[in-house]
Amino acid sequence: MNHEAPLAEFLGLTFNLSNVLMITVASAIVFLIAVLSTRALAMKPTGMQNFMEWIMDFVRNIIKSNMDWKTGGSFHILGITLIMYVAISNFLGLPFAITYDHYLWWKSPTADPIVTMTLAVMVIALTHYYGIRMKGFREYGKDFFRPMGFLFPLKIIEEFANTLTLGLRLYGNIYAGEILLGLLAGSLATGFFGHIAAVIPTLAWLGFSVFIGGIQAFIFVMLTMVYMAHKVSSDH
Amino acid sequence: MFTLDAFVLGASGFSEGDILFQLAMFIILLALLKKFAWGPLMGIMKQREDHIAGEIEAAEKSRTEAKQQLEEQRQLLKEARQDAQELIENARKQGDAQREEIVLAARAESERMKEATLREIETEKDQAVAALREQVATLSVLVASKVIEKELTVAEQQQLIDETIAKAGDLR
Repeated sequence: MNHEAPLAEFLGLTFNLSNVLMITVASAIVFLIAVLSTRALAMKPTGMQNFMEWIMDFVRNIIKSNMDWKTGGSFHILGITLIMYVAISNFLGLPFAITYDHYLWWKSPTADPIVTMTLAVMVIALTHYYGIRMKGFREYGKDFFRPMGFLFPLKIIEEFANTLTLGLRLYGNIYAGEILLGLLAGSLATGFFGHIAAVIPTLAWLGFSVFIGGIQAFIFVMLTMVYMAHKVSSDH
Repeated sequence: MFTLDAFVLGASGFSEGDILFQLAMFIILLALLKKFAWGPLMGIMKQREDHIAGEIEAAEKSRTEAKQQLEEQRQLLKEARQDAQELIENARKQGDAQREEIVLAARAESERMKEATLREIETEKDQAVAALREQVATLSVLVASKVIEKELTVAEQQQLIDETIAKAGDLR
């Protein structure tokens, strides 16, 4: 687990090449799954189209449980892309981790706080953007003083807390999962009996990690829509 | 074998380039998927929704139509049944009337025939009486000629008359 991140300087910015690789891989997989499953669209859905439509309905229900569909409909595509991307990212680190030359190359992109925090900040920024766009700047500003004026400092803190918890929750879950997987695979499995002893907990933890990966993707999108609803609906 | 650094946020160094890369990739992914996957998928889902709505509407319409037609058919059947009933009733009435008429006609006919027969009998009788009278006259003439041929006593004459009458009665 003591692997270095493969850092590189480019245009004066520091890039973690492992992140760059895994972000690209995750995006490519999401894109391939989505495009391949929607290539032969039919009125009577079959196979993968059913799966994609199920995801669409799933996200639609998440949005509907937070706001009315008239305002929420425009976040549908964001929600589907987000849930697919986060879920695939979470699963990527599960089957294996690749290290080369003491550098850790293959892992979940969401096991890095910089990636999850980027997504979280992006989501929060979007909520503010849509809050201003849909309700106007005056209403948006007034929302910081509701329901009581003296809550204003709390409201400001809430925004930062939301951002931090949204990103770090995802990072923590996935990173912890990978650490434990690495421990089970690398440290416990030493020698013949070590391997035997490691099989069952590894299997159990892998299954649990798949579950956590799905749940965390769901939670991420759910909270995105909750924060969005706070900003764009007028009944709060 | 672990250093604390592995658990410290950002201990591996802050790579600001990743932020930009992640943002750019996500936005690109969003745009690509919108164009190539979600857009068409949403289109087909909307299309299906419309299709189903249309089908339901059509089914509703045809159901109403069928109901209306059924009602119409039922009405027609009822009318037809009523008509048939009326026809039968009429026929029966007509039959009754005809029977009455026939019976009346037959009765009148028989009356007439009886009348005619009676008249005929009367005529026959008259004719018979006439014939008898003629016969009597002839006999009288015959008797008279016999009387002329032979002198008769009163008793003989009476006897002769009786005989003649008896003979006439036998002739009859």
